[in-house]
Amino acid sequence: MALLRAFIAIIRRDLILAFRRRAEMLNPILFFIIVVTLFPLGVGAQPQLLQSIAPGIIWVSALLAAMLSLDGLFRSDFDDGSLEQLLLSPHPTSILILGKIIAHWLVTGLPLILVAPLLAEFLGMHTDALIILLKTLILGTPVLSLVGAIGVALTVGLRRGGMILSLLVLPLYVPVLIFASNAVEMASGGLPVDAQINILLAMLCLALVLAPLPASAALKMSVS
Amino acid sequence: MNWQEFFAMGGYAFYVWVSYAITFVVLLALVIMPIIQRKQFMRQQTLRLKRQENP
Amino acid sequence: MFLIPKPVGKFFHRMASPPYFYDFTGRLIPWLSWIFLFLVIAGLYGGLVLAPADYQQGDSFRIIYIHVPSAWMSLFVYVVMAIAGGIGLIWRIKLAEIVAISSASVGAGFTFIALVTGSLWGKPMWGTWWVWDARLTSELILLFLYLGVIGLYGAIDDKRTASRAVAILALVGVVNIPIIHYSVEWWNTLHQGPTVTKMDKPSIHISMLWPLLVMAVAFKFYYVIAMLQRARTELVVRERNSQWVKLLLESK
Repeated sequence: MALLRAFIAIIRRDLILAFRRRAEMLNPILFFIIVVTLFPLGVGAQPQLLQSIAPGIIWVSALLAAMLSLDGLFRSDFDDGSLEQLLLSPHPTSILILGKIIAHWLVTGLPLILVAPLLAEFLGMHTDALIILLKTLILGTPVLSLVGAIGVALTVGLRRGGMILSLLVLPLYVPVLIFASNAVEMASGGLPVDAQINILLAMLCLALVLAPLPASAALKMSVS
Repeated sequence: MNWQEFFAMGGYAFYVWVSYAITFVVLLALVIMPIIQRKQFMRQQTLRLKRQENP
Repeated sequence: MFLIPKPVGKFFHRMASPPYFYDFTGRLIPWLSWIFLFLVIAGLYGGLVLAPADYQQGDSFRIIYIHVPSAWMSLFVYVVMAIAGGIGLIWRIKLAEIVAISSASVGAGFTFIALVTGSLWGKPMWGTWWVWDARLTSELILLFLYLGVIGLYGAIDDKRTASRAVAILALVGVVNIPIIHYSVEWWNTLHQGPTVTKMDKPSIHISMLWPLLVMAVAFKFYYVIAMLQRARTELVVRERNSQWVKLLLESK
């Protein structure tokens, strides 16, 4: 029970801290919208073309937005030393880190899902495809946060961790990108996508169980 | 089979020999580089030790 | 531990001591090099001269003798790197850490060779240098994973810490490689026609097969040689202030 209380306390603390800096919360959303807006300007505004590449555009942009927001996951806690306190607590570190990741996803991943319908409209996506897009985002973005957490935990102690973080994290995002964007593509063609959704769900379960372990090991290494 | 035929590789000479050449260069570099680095490092350390002994 | 015969356990115990490792590998490498040379000459002679030209691809198929062993090695070395990293992480054995990071550059080299030779083989077969073929794509992602490992090691100044970071990353990578591999393969079957499967043949004649296997073994020997060379350099740099390195320098 003490563990559960600590877990919830961490999520609450991180949410409160995030709401104190509301302006920063907007950054990933704005980034997501701007990147998606750039594509029609770059490839041309033919509705046919946009419709066919919309799933890929939205998912690649979501991937980049998720990656850019990762830096905030441990940065401020690392700088002010509260991360060390977290690691010293008697509770298992991986559970506490899972709490931090969940709070981070609520602040950065959930907003992406909320603006996705707007972007789908921009790119002329059908309603069926939109529903599947939302499903894949709900299942996929937590995986991005969980896997990304390992990357940030490894690089949080570095002064210039940004470039190396993208090299570490983006290859690991490939399976999510493949299955999620394919599901949306199939759905816009009216095909069944149960298999892809199930695979994404499996990835989420796997990441939920496994990712906090290397992330906590990496944090201990970064802090020491 | 004569040498000319062998080097021509049935018209695919460019692709085959460039592949083998790149492989050879990369594999050689991966062995030679650490050896050169070690030699250099050893030389530096020997000098450093000498300086420490008679400053 | 009781499953391991005593002499073997003793051998590994002694190998964990840096001066013994340095001395032993120094004497081992010439032997390995001779075996490697013998195998590589036999494999190349078999592959480039004895094996008949392929009835479909002509002589261009001879790239297989470096492309396929490199592709195999690129995966094999990653697994070795992760296992060595894991051993270093759990038992804090310095030499396991060094073996792990020394494998990274050799593995990246094999991956690079597999990519370049795949592209050079693809040009006459497909007509373009690059096709988003499943094998080439997963090989490219594997190269990114290797570069991530090497980049992370270079970015952290304290090499003990860097080794632990690399080990964690390699273990995460090794769990992910099958997932990435199969998702890329699945993606490929959806987006590409059946033309790209020209490269892998279900049946290969024995006169074409044996040089391939010999080359694969030769590449394994090469990996051990190159990895040990890098490990020896890494070892003397890390242990520069220890007594045995000083003795080594004085004996020169």
